[in-house]
Amino acid sequence: MPRHVSLFIPCFVDQLLPQVAVDTVKVLRRVGYEVDYPEDQTCCGQPAFNTGYWNEARPCAEHFVRVFKNAEAVVCPSGSCATMVRAFYPELLTASSCRADAIALVSRIFELSEFLVNVAAVTQVGARFPHTVTYHASCHGLRELGLRDEPLQLLRQVEGLKLIEMVRFDECCGFGGTFATKFAEISAAMGDSKAECAAATGAEFVTAIDPSCLLHLQGILGKRQARTQTIHIASILAQQSVAQQSKTQAGSEQKNSRPQKTLQERP
Amino acid sequence: MSTAAQRFLHDAAEKSADLMHREIIRRGMDSYDAAHLKGRARIKDWEAARQKCQEIKREAVNHLDRYLLQFEEKVTARGGHVFWAANGEEACAYVTNLATRLGVRTVVKSKSMVTEEIHLTPALEKAGIKVWETDLGEFIVQLREEPPYHIVTPAMHLNRGQIAKLFREKLDPAITTDDPVELMAVARRKLREAFFAAEMGISGANFLVADAGVIAISTNEGNGRLCTSVPRIHVVVTGIEKVIPRLEDLAVLWPVLATSGTGQGITTYGTLIGGPRRRGEADGPEEFHVVLVDNGRSQLLADAEQREVLHCIRCGACLNICPVFRHVGGHTYGTTYPGPIGSVLTPHLNGIKEFQHLSYASSLCGACTSVCPVKIDLHHHLLQNRRNAVSAGANKPSERWMFRAWRYAMLRPQSYELGGWAMRKALRLIYRLGLAGSAFDPMQVWNCYRAPVPLPVESFRAQWRKSVRSNGDSAT
Repeated sequence: MPRHVSLFIPCFVDQLLPQVAVDTVKVLRRVGYEVDYPEDQTCCGQPAFNTGYWNEARPCAEHFVRVFKNAEAVVCPSGSCATMVRAFYPELLTASSCRADAIALVSRIFELSEFLVNVAAVTQVGARFPHTVTYHASCHGLRELGLRDEPLQLLRQVEGLKLIEMVRFDECCGFGGTFATKFAEISAAMGDSKAECAAATGAEFVTAIDPSCLLHLQGILGKRQARTQTIHIASILAQQSVAQQSKTQAGSEQKNSRPQKTLQERP
Repeated sequence: MSTAAQRFLHDAAEKSADLMHREIIRRGMDSYDAAHLKGRARIKDWEAARQKCQEIKREAVNHLDRYLLQFEEKVTARGGHVFWAANGEEACAYVTNLATRLGVRTVVKSKSMVTEEIHLTPALEKAGIKVWETDLGEFIVQLREEPPYHIVTPAMHLNRGQIAKLFREKLDPAITTDDPVELMAVARRKLREAFFAAEMGISGANFLVADAGVIAISTNEGNGRLCTSVPRIHVVVTGIEKVIPRLEDLAVLWPVLATSGTGQGITTYGTLIGGPRRRGEADGPEEFHVVLVDNGRSQLLADAEQREVLHCIRCGACLNICPVFRHVGGHTYGTTYPGPIGSVLTPHLNGIKEFQHLSYASSLCGACTSVCPVKIDLHHHLLQNRRNAVSAGANKPSERWMFRAWRYAMLRPQSYELGGWAMRKALRLIYRLGLAGSAFDPMQVWNCYRAPVPLPVESFRAQWRKSVRSNGDSAT
């Protein structure tokens, strides 16, 4: 079992949601992993690939493979971007000189909850989050990576967290990458239905393993001025329990149990 | 942008904001979901059943030539006629000429999507023939002069009040009820007259059974049996991909089709027909014709990557689960086959330049693939269609240039970092000036429908260099 992991932080997380990445580092370190972040990484190529620009996506995928080919394990706080590598690189790079490295990478790249539960074999990460939370099953994680229960196993172990199931929890939120702008009205309507399902639970937070779903949903919820906020699973798991805090002798104690930053962080 | 794409965008925007439509569809789909789930539970091993169906269809499609000829031989031997139509025009001409030659004035039709695809009804009407749709849903949309909304449930977008109003206007001003059973009785009385007046019945086929030389039809209303047995002539119009090798294959295909289509264990009527009435038989048509429609299917057969799209048994499960379909509805697609299967199929049948937009009108959530009873990798085919659209030059030049610039930046970590920093800086300024969602906002389309995205001062990589690398815990 690797004790050292390389972080793959999707480009939009790096640029727009850095807290998700910071929280991912925290959680991985807390469960005993050394974390490195190869700074040459950019994007996995999914936006171009999904829009049909395979010739543009291919060199990015090759770049990605070169950056990560020596990593013991690659962990990514996004099911969708991990899917790009695992499910689509072999096809995209069929005729590439990187193909062998890409195929080798397929078995070493993991979405965060998948890594914690299935590789590190941890479900108790020492987190405390005394709030009501509902879970949205992001499509790529659910259907491409088969992550049905892993995120829930982690959430169930979080101290103080009350999980409320929403109806149609596995229906797409409507993000879909360039779909969100190419067909903005459809995307927004789908987001609206999702936001309604989330709000109907009465939960304070809706969480998921994919920051892209949450970025979109936060925008929709914000527009509706809904009470429900979005928060990435890494940011829940990063909230330390009191026992964990004293164990690690953390200096900066969090008196306020509300998470410091959720996805609604604003300039 | 093609006219079909413009129309789609317009209608999609309108329909997805129509909350009454959303509610009607949601209610319909909720009851379908429950029935479907219950239906699947009745089959001991659903995944094994899907696997089996996929294998049967793969075998059939890979040996289409052999099985179709076998089917033709059997039907012809019983005195039936088989016509091979390369396209819709040939198929319509055959049926219309047949009807004219035999003095047909009235036609009753049971549900068939292929006849919609080739526009058979308008062709017959042009020849002065009266055509009655006899499936209740089809009858309703025919009265409304609109195409079917859904391939299995053509009138699912209407509630009983709307149907009562329609019947009052078109059938009988004295109708006061909006009770579904009474409304059905009204339609039934009307259609009985048509069944007995018609000289020709037209049906589709769910399957063409090669070894038995019979067509197999699944229906729930009984109209299919009346269409195929009461009139003097029975014409079957069907796609060539409907053939299956063996009669015993129906043992799994029929229940899987019913489960996926409506959640039923099996449909109310399962009918097998192999030819005209034979000597000594009390009923059945005097003439039996099968029109095998190609209409672009052999071209798809030649595409090794997407051939499996021909496995489709038209159950409608992918439409039902599709969140895009649930929000834009069936008519918005402007195609015979809406939903995921339509978005995959239509660019092949009707042209990639005109219909590539449908391959993009999906969030690629993969729900369709997860329910398809013959395991067509639908959302993967949407990706391939997108790639084909780009290769065919069907996309906007501006998009092409954008992705070239994107590639340039993504291959150079420093340009990527600088670009990201500049973008956040610029957007912050635009927001500060109160211009979010305006024409000056590069995120305009996003921000029109959503609260603006967060714009942190520092990217993760900047934070990593500064503090996270050395100590993650102090980096909040």
